[in-house]
Amino acid sequence: MPSSWLFALAGGSMIGAAGALLLLTHGRIAGISGVLGSLLPPTAVRDRGWRVAFLGGLLAAGVVAAAFAPAAVGASVRSLPLVIVAGAIVGFGTRLGSGCTSGHGVCGLSRFSLRSMVAVVTFMTTGAITAWLAGGWS
Amino acid sequence: MTAVADCGLRCRLLSIVLAVVAGGLFGAGLLISGMTQPARVIGFLDVTRGWDPSLAFVMGGAVVVYALAFRWIRRDRRDPWFDVTFHLPTRRDLDAPLLVGAALFGVGWGLGGLCPGPGLVAAASGSITGLAFAAAMIAGMFLQHLSARVRAGGSA
Repeated sequence: MPSSWLFALAGGSMIGAAGALLLLTHGRIAGISGVLGSLLPPTAVRDRGWRVAFLGGLLAAGVVAAAFAPAAVGASVRSLPLVIVAGAIVGFGTRLGSGCTSGHGVCGLSRFSLRSMVAVVTFMTTGAITAWLAGGWS
Repeated sequence: MTAVADCGLRCRLLSIVLAVVAGGLFGAGLLISGMTQPARVIGFLDVTRGWDPSLAFVMGGAVVVYALAFRWIRRDRRDPWFDVTFHLPTRRDLDAPLLVGAALFGVGWGLGGLCPGPGLVAAASGSITGLAFAAAMIAGMFLQHLSARVRAGGSA
């Protein structure tokens, strides 16, 4: 379906522009797991203002979506316990691996970072294998 | 431009507003692109069941825009607007935490169909799935910080 490709491209371009805006104004990498994780104890950072503001804007998008475009947030395809397991693994893994789809995927690949390229290939591979395996029994 | 050190109230306010705008634009991009739809994400990751490759254009579009902007922003080594320097990763080594962490992240992403940004956006939309995912994700991050501290010998 061609329109889904266009929405993906448009949304992706907005994500790239948002990351660029944060780099231009604050000199920071727009990695969601890093921005969120660095606010959490016991290794929280002191420089919180821009992080809280950036996450606030991100959360505001979700609130606006709930009001005007609820279909933009899709239903889960897994049971609630599996979603919780998935969330915990994502949280632990992104902090251990220093990034997620935004920090490694968008910002890192754009800067030709070797670490990010390896990370992206790794999480794409394990993601594909897991989605395939999980599709068989849930 | 102005550095944080000599940044007045209006300038600080503007810096916060622009960070909110960046976050909002990021979230809107996630919503429009389809990344907040677990079924789409899993349909992209699982290449064996009617593969939907369209989400590749999310990262593709984002990387093209960010890469071009990155070159422009860094063109003459000017400082960012609201900080005295850029905070860019400098490490180039491939270590076990990077590989294990990325592998784990992929497992969680392929299982739930949500990565951190879409998880937070879904939570803010009030979806039970999103709230459960985000709470578990924050707990997982906290656990990683704790385990890293224990490994480091409990020192600050």
